[in-house]
Amino acid sequence: MKKILVIGSGPIVIGQAAEFDYAGTQACKSLREEGYEVVLVNSNPATIMTDEETADRVYIEPLTVEFCERVIARERPDGLLPTLGGQTGLNLASQLAEQGILERYGVRLLGTQLDAIRKAEDRELFRALMREIKQPVPESWIVESDSELEALLDVVPYPCIVRPAYTLGGTGGGVVYSREELWETGRKGLKLSMRSQIMLERSLLGWKEVEYEVMRDGKGNCITVCNMENLDPMGVHTGDSIVVAPSQTLSDVEYHMLRNASLRIIEALKIEGGCNVQLAVNPDSFDYYVIEVNPRVSRSSALASKATGYPIARVAAKIAVGKTLEQIENAVTKTTKACFEPALDYVVVKIPRWPFDKFPGGDRRLSTQMKATGEVMAIDRTFEAALLKAVRGLEVKAKGLDSWHPQGEDSTNGDASDALRAALAQPTDERLWALAEALRRGWSVEEVNRVSRVDPWFLRKIQGIVRAGSPGHPRQDGDATEGSVYKMVDTCAGEFESFTPYFYATAESEDDAATVLERRPAAAVVAME
Amino acid sequence: MKAYLALSDGTVVEGRRLGAEGTTDGELVFNTGMTGYQEVLTDPSYAGQIVLFTYPLIGNYGVNDDDFESDRVQPRGVVVREACEAPSNWRSTRSLDEFLRERGVVAVQGVDTRALTKRIRDAGVMTGAVSTLGPDEALAAARAARPYDDTDFVASVTTRAPYAWGRAGREAIDQPAASAKVKMVAIDCGLKFNILRRFASLGVRTIVLPATATADEVMAWEPDGVLLSPGPGDPARLEGVVRTARDLIGRRPLFGICLGNQILCQAVGGRTFKLKFGHRGANHPVKDLLDGSVTITSQNHGYAVDPDSLVGTGAEVTQLNVNDGTVEGIRLEREDATSIQYHPEAAPGPWDSRKYFRAFVDKMERAAR
Repeated sequence: MKKILVIGSGPIVIGQAAEFDYAGTQACKSLREEGYEVVLVNSNPATIMTDEETADRVYIEPLTVEFCERVIARERPDGLLPTLGGQTGLNLASQLAEQGILERYGVRLLGTQLDAIRKAEDRELFRALMREIKQPVPESWIVESDSELEALLDVVPYPCIVRPAYTLGGTGGGVVYSREELWETGRKGLKLSMRSQIMLERSLLGWKEVEYEVMRDGKGNCITVCNMENLDPMGVHTGDSIVVAPSQTLSDVEYHMLRNASLRIIEALKIEGGCNVQLAVNPDSFDYYVIEVNPRVSRSSALASKATGYPIARVAAKIAVGKTLEQIENAVTKTTKACFEPALDYVVVKIPRWPFDKFPGGDRRLSTQMKATGEVMAIDRTFEAALLKAVRGLEVKAKGLDSWHPQGEDSTNGDASDALRAALAQPTDERLWALAEALRRGWSVEEVNRVSRVDPWFLRKIQGIVRAGSPGHPRQDGDATEGSVYKMVDTCAGEFESFTPYFYATAESEDDAATVLERRPAAAVVAME
Repeated sequence: MKAYLALSDGTVVEGRRLGAEGTTDGELVFNTGMTGYQEVLTDPSYAGQIVLFTYPLIGNYGVNDDDFESDRVQPRGVVVREACEAPSNWRSTRSLDEFLRERGVVAVQGVDTRALTKRIRDAGVMTGAVSTLGPDEALAAARAARPYDDTDFVASVTTRAPYAWGRAGREAIDQPAASAKVKMVAIDCGLKFNILRRFASLGVRTIVLPATATADEVMAWEPDGVLLSPGPGDPARLEGVVRTARDLIGRRPLFGICLGNQILCQAVGGRTFKLKFGHRGANHPVKDLLDGSVTITSQNHGYAVDPDSLVGTGAEVTQLNVNDGTVEGIRLEREDATSIQYHPEAAPGPWDSRKYFRAFVDKMERAAR
């Protein structure tokens, strides 16, 4: 095999965070590092991956079967890597395969095979597989026509989640609270789904939402790159959730129970590359459900890469051409291998960036359809500092967890205002400020948790931030007055010497950047804030 | 209240009190796991040490009544960046601070744990002390501390009297093992409860004997197999246990975990050496040389087996650490003895190596027939 075709992700749309450009660029570079000639097809010239130095040859063409076939006929690649272009790349690759085009030109599909992808993405096949390996999935119903939908209107429990199959970012889905809402949203979902299929699912509103990023090579070796916990409990699309890495409120037994489940799933699917597993966890027991699996690089894997320093797309590309995790170097330490699990010695907070400032009339309520158009990620040694750093990075009016007033609040109404209560219960882009405001007004953590279902751990941290500096409360780490230093993101919590200059600012005593600069004065330093 | 951490090289850092007041000393080691502090704090292999957690937020999910690996806090001190005052988890019964105070353990928080980790990585493990009395007291204690390698910690953590462990936990030692398919003797150099729990879940009744047990005393229990347990300290000090293991080789199937691996290796003539800063964490890749697979393992050891010392002993090295190439597992094929340097019982850490329990139980079942 000499020449590899990579399908790009096309236009960046609402529901994405440019993650496929990030992943695709890494993958192209990774394949060229291995000595392959890389041909890229992408319809979007405004990407990094279409830069001249990323691939050997770039075709800026529509991402359709017709144009792709013409590129294949002209370039005659030996292999096709479809799992790095998001859903667009996957859908195109499966059409090329189904129409016999790959076979006709002798193009081998690299990485995770299409039947594995189908098993992960087709709800029915996925649920059957989960039953086989004894992983719990929430009660659900597959609907493929309006008449099937009608028959279920009085059967399903409300609230109930509508998820159209094969759409980007959960387009057309949502939580419905009545049979009327289900009828409306369900029919819309059927129209939007590429296969005219939607799933209705028992709502797990209020459960913890946890994700694992897992990798598997062709020899069956599996690792988890990291896990992430959503501050927003189940009910909000993970792309619209505030997310922390690693998880903060799971004990070791819970962490590894869910890690183990994620590994069993990637094994059963026979993924070769990266995969994202989303789980719902009961906050009061060991119960959990497997919610969804993304059998490819995703927005979450891009976040996990940046959060840990572990280059998921780079490693996935090398796995696709047959390398094992143990043969791939850890590009950060250069002293260890890609077959390990990153140890973080910091906290990562991601906050989505929504476009509501540009669409003032838009519906700001968040649900299972992603509305964010970007995200900020901040790293620090404490949750408070990372959260505040992320808020500053959002470039919104608020520079911190400033006081906030829900719309329509009567200022004479006092602390227990219904408007504030509603703002806690209904997730929107402003809920973080609503949580802070309620705590500032003296609501108890227990009460805010009861209304919002946000874990008390996060609420106490937010309470600490809003109280900081006020009488009787010591200053918090986020306001530390110590001189700022730069600490390194090294994948190993300092255990091994590392060589990639990736730093974050924090209030601590020792500066990691100084020693690196001493050793290599010309080193490029990438620092976050 | 302020607290100070001092190292034997003269470094003193100021932090805040966590846990009890007073002064404590020990060998300063770091653990890179992001969860599992309760298991680490009750793991007998940390006896004599001060554990520094590299993950900065410790205590988030509190301390519960289930996740104990022994009855007491084993390390002599704890160092964290930030201890959570108000933990959140459905099983939590108290905060880390309350737990450490209740158990009288001196600890410090609010220090730059990454800077200290790098210090240990570069200079190797060293003695240290934590004190709430003052920086001078901390430094004096660090300098006066008895070197870790000079102490027999196994003697302090092993059980005084034999006990039994079955499906329901601790059992009366004289209770007839009606429900158990298999009877195993564990020589306790610092057992973790989860080893006993894992075996019990597979139908094994374990008789736990003190580390001073002789081969005859072990055989008197008519076991179907013998477990050489993990434990603290320099394995080269453990001549008695090594002799017992040597006398048992070939008589019953043997399985060694962690220190048990080092004991089995010494029993056939191998030697151990001290690692610069050990392996302590939940992310260590181990390669199985027999099938080529790589597994992520939970580790906690400061010494390793010298592979050259095993040449000609009949022991075959079956597993190696991917990061530094140290010995992670051996087997004596003819004598039915195997051992691994890492922790298949996890607690804390990944569950990926549980198959070793099943494999040893299968061996014991065959031996029982």
